[in-house]
Amino acid sequence: MQINRRHLILASMASALAWPARAASGEALIAVATNFIRIAEQLKPDFEAISGHKIRLSSGSTGQLYGQILNGAPYDALLAADQARPALLQDSGRGHGALTYARGRLSLWRPEGALDEQSLRGDFAHLAIANPALAPYGFAAKETLLALGLWEPLQGRIVLGQNIGQAFALVASGNAELGLVAHSYALAGGESWPVPEALYAPIVQDAVLLGDNPAAADFLQYLRTSAAQAVITAAGYGEL
Amino acid sequence: MSWPDLAPLWLSVQLAGVTTALLLIIGTPLAWWLATTRNRLRPIIEAITALPLVLPPTVLGFYILIFLSPNSALGGLWRDATGTSLTFSFSGLVLASALYSLPFMVQPLQSAFEAVGRAPMEAAATLRARPLDAFFSVAVPLSKRGFLTGIVLSFAHTIGEFGVVLMVGGNIPGQTRVISIAIYEQVETLDYAQAHALSLILLVFSFSVLLVVYSLNRRAPVRVG
Repeated sequence: MQINRRHLILASMASALAWPARAASGEALIAVATNFIRIAEQLKPDFEAISGHKIRLSSGSTGQLYGQILNGAPYDALLAADQARPALLQDSGRGHGALTYARGRLSLWRPEGALDEQSLRGDFAHLAIANPALAPYGFAAKETLLALGLWEPLQGRIVLGQNIGQAFALVASGNAELGLVAHSYALAGGESWPVPEALYAPIVQDAVLLGDNPAAADFLQYLRTSAAQAVITAAGYGEL
Repeated sequence: MSWPDLAPLWLSVQLAGVTTALLLIIGTPLAWWLATTRNRLRPIIEAITALPLVLPPTVLGFYILIFLSPNSALGGLWRDATGTSLTFSFSGLVLASALYSLPFMVQPLQSAFEAVGRAPMEAAATLRARPLDAFFSVAVPLSKRGFLTGIVLSFAHTIGEFGVVLMVGGNIPGQTRVISIAIYEQVETLDYAQAHALSLILLVFSFSVLLVVYSLNRRAPVRVG
């Protein structure tokens, strides 16, 4: 009992030291790529408890969110699923302080039945992927299919979700037999085959600040702490 | 600016045409029954028919995703019969659009049939016209404007369909990438030039169709023969 209390005191002292901005607690609206939204929601209570800030999360594909930001959406930070859009935002002067918070992995997934590379060459009516033009995981799925020589043969059987969440839902609801989705989704249940990382360019996920909101800045720093990184890797992401 | 890909527009026109034809076949008897019946079930059927006006496309899209899935009874039956799945297919979109646009066909027809009333049909019956004959030679010509309104609204509403297709279409070129989806994707990928081109074409097309119909509707006299 006594030890527990001492731990608590130590922990709160440590967080007070780590978060000098605590007194000026603020609010921030964070745009999150769909693949990461559940993990961000999982991290939110812990971040709010130790920082005193409040954050609200809004999700979409990286491309959708990027388009919204260019058109004046009031986000304080973007957690993208690639490095390209945060870099573009920095180059155009809209963003700053980009940092890598996760390394995404791609998995072939279905609710039941073991999977391997041959499953992609097997008998199925539809393979769901995220829209490659909008979602980095969709782009990685396209790269994988191109590398396997399957992109052209599978035309007409590939169905596109607006983001990785919709692609996953199309398989989960039984409308498509297979899906190339974020590994973090595949871990939720069912059968999956992690796509070898040699088949697609690394999905390096960067976050970028879109103003001078201290709560958003603290959240980005928090994502790099070992506590947050432990949650992120446990959820199916690669080590940074 | 490059000339836009017109395949999605053509697909939308096909979808709207097939859906409107299907709705004429289903909607006419349904509207006639609603206009003439004294059945106690009528308010229930009327309410069900009007549901797509009220429900957001996400609710329809969600149910369609569940009920047309190859795992469901209906989707499974279709799959066994045709070897293809209903979702992500043109046939599936026709079914979804028919549900979605049903009130736009049934309601104008029902009002038109109610306006015809019983008297002309009873007069035809006394002249020994069989009911079906009386329907086509008396009720249909008298309800011409109702048909015109129903056809135009169903067609236009299907051309403008977006939310349901976004949820159940899968964005397949030539099968389910209709014009609203194509424009949405162009906007999302910041290809504003193409989005402008397709939107302008749709705007001019829709206005022209409506203008022609309203002009005809004003001029066409109601003739019974």
